[in-house]
Amino acid sequence: MKKEVMTVVKNVEIADKLYLLVLSGASYLAPGQFLQIKVPEYTLRRPFCAADYDEKNDFLSIIYKVVGGGTKAMTKFEVGQKIDVLNCLGNGFDLSKTKKPLLIGGGVGIVPLFYLAKELKKQGHEIISVLGYPCKDQCFFLEEFSKLGKVYISTDDGSLGVKGNVLDILKTEDIEYDEFFACGPPIMLKALSSWNSNGQVSLESKMGCGFGACMGCSIKTTKGYKRVCKEGPVFKIDEVIFE
Amino acid sequence: MKKDTQVKLFGKILDNPIIPASGTFGFGYGFADYYDINVLGSIALKGTTLNERYGNPLERVCDCPCGMLNAIGLQNPGIDVVLNEELPKLKKVYSKPVILNIGGHSFDEYIEVASRVGGNPQILCIELNISCPNVKEGGMQFGLDEHLASKLVGEIKKVSKKPVLVKLSPNVTDIVKMAKAVENAGADGISLINTLVGMRIDLNTAKPVISVKTAGYSGRGIFPVALRMVYQVYEAVNIPVVGMGGVSNAFEVIEMMLAGASAVMVGTENLLNPFASKEIIEELPLAMEELNIDSLSEIIGKSHRV
Ligand SMILES: Cc1cc2nc3c(=O)[nH]c(=O)nc-3n(C[C@H](O)[C@H](O)[C@H](O)COP(=O)(O)OP(=O)(O)OC[C@H]3O[C@@H](n4cnc5c(N)ncnc54)[C@H](O)[C@@H]3O)c2cc1C
Ligand SMILES: Cc1cc2nc3c(=O)[nH]c(=O)nc-3n(C[C@H](O)[C@H](O)[C@H](O)COP(=O)(O)O)c2cc1C
Ligand code: FES
Repeated sequence: MKKEVMTVVKNVEIADKLYLLVLSGASYLAPGQFLQIKVPEYTLRRPFCAADYDEKNDFLSIIYKVVGGGTKAMTKFEVGQKIDVLNCLGNGFDLSKTKKPLLIGGGVGIVPLFYLAKELKKQGHEIISVLGYPCKDQCFFLEEFSKLGKVYISTDDGSLGVKGNVLDILKTEDIEYDEFFACGPPIMLKALSSWNSNGQVSLESKMGCGFGACMGCSIKTTKGYKRVCKEGPVFKIDEVIFE
Repeated sequence: MKKDTQVKLFGKILDNPIIPASGTFGFGYGFADYYDINVLGSIALKGTTLNERYGNPLERVCDCPCGMLNAIGLQNPGIDVVLNEELPKLKKVYSKPVILNIGGHSFDEYIEVASRVGGNPQILCIELNISCPNVKEGGMQFGLDEHLASKLVGEIKKVSKKPVLVKLSPNVTDIVKMAKAVENAGADGISLINTLVGMRIDLNTAKPVISVKTAGYSGRGIFPVALRMVYQVYEAVNIPVVGMGGVSNAFEVIEMMLAGASAVMVGTENLLNPFASKEIIEELPLAMEELNIDSLSEIIGKSHRV
């Protein structure tokens, strides 16, 4: 955990209700780690994954969806504004074992996978991604993922790629991999867990603190109670007990 | 002139009155990764029960104006793990005695936990949480009924080798009556306030946000309520009062002490800013300078004497 004052470099809408926020003055954080942003007028900080990190400029990017008051207030962040952030939270993905990774993302859950994909590419891996979006207008990072490797796409309404969800792709396509890395809505992750157990998932939970002090985010796992903010947000999928 | 921030609690000198409140600082050692926690006057540990508890289902926390709701439901690893694993871990990074906060569901559970603590030199006192609004089968019940509270404190005093600090619930009509009852039953000190029972409803689903519907409200918004209760209790009892509730800066620490607090706990603020307790300790001498205060222990309850 690092408490940092970051400066807004960019804050723009990139798809319907989806914003890209670029912050400068950020320490390095690993793919899958997250940050807690203080939003003026709100008490609890808002958690977001790193979407990208640019080491040369200390630029950290996040992509956030406007879902409530806090994220709506974030759209008002202006270039040059100073933001109070807790950075480098959580464990991040474990990249040490995979030889043939597969990335599976749904909705905003695709965000941390982009940064992960870049890092895996750097380490010499071939990148295969299966991405599920609600509809064509909600698609983001398509070009970026395509540049990194092969991409399979599904949309709920069929406006792009396969009509359905990522499971529909995984069950029909014969994709070769040894370990998957997933992030997305709970229902998707639960379905993934009964499909295959050799993977890591990044989970979400409401957070009181984000650094392990309040027990607000605890989940049950096969290895006892774990804090999503501290022992997570990335867990081995076969350890998570999906409710 | 050098500012004297020392205070005394149960015969022990604390370097300063700042104590992170139970449930907002885990078992302490986690924060040693962020700063040298030896600056803290003491530490109140997460509420501990006889056996391991997961607590309530998620959602357990909720954002609110000027504060938050929590219904953690006393997640903790149980007293034996706390004594044999958590306390030794803390000892490596914190050299002062700490406050062991006890939660429970029955007389037997509280008594058993208090007895297992024994004379452990790492423990300054036990804090009896009879005010947790978040456990179904009891907890706060003890803190709402003065007869139950007295009986419990009496029993605990029989088995405890440590001073007993009783943590009161603000969810009562007459806080003074409760304070007097536990003092008469033998409490060595009183800490207050625990959280105020509140709730929020999700506008989209019309369901309560918190899984168990109601939860405890804490944070800056409760400061005036907490201060009023500390003031009233100080006036009514002859044992030390530890004040807490919404404290977020050194001036509020001083205000709590003027109202009668011998020491001051900082809770929710640690969750919003992990450095909060340390920063408040650093601000204290500056705030004292500004207010012409030389010694903190001299201002305890001063607003009752002017
Ligand atoms: C580790 C982690 C990483 C995340 N990464 C991203 C990301 O990269 N992009 C993105 O758009 N969103 C992400 N989220 C979800 C994001 O934190 C919430 O959408 C956001 O907090 C909503 O705030 P609000 O005030 O607009 O919504 P409200 O619903 O008004 O928020 C009320 C409270 O609930 C909390 N909350 C609401 N939804 C969630 C949620 N899904 N997860 C956790 N807390 C929630 C809020 O923080 C706030 O405390 C992530 C969540 C976690 C836990
Ligand atoms: C997340 C959370 C967990 C808490 N857990 C406990 C607990 O285990 N035992 C206890 O006596 N009080 C507990 N409390 C209450 C605090 O110790 C304190 O009395 C209350 O929050 C008021 O202080 P504050 O406004 O500074 O937070 C908890 C509070 C919060 C916010
Ligand atoms: S959010 Fe506080 S422990 Fe995870």
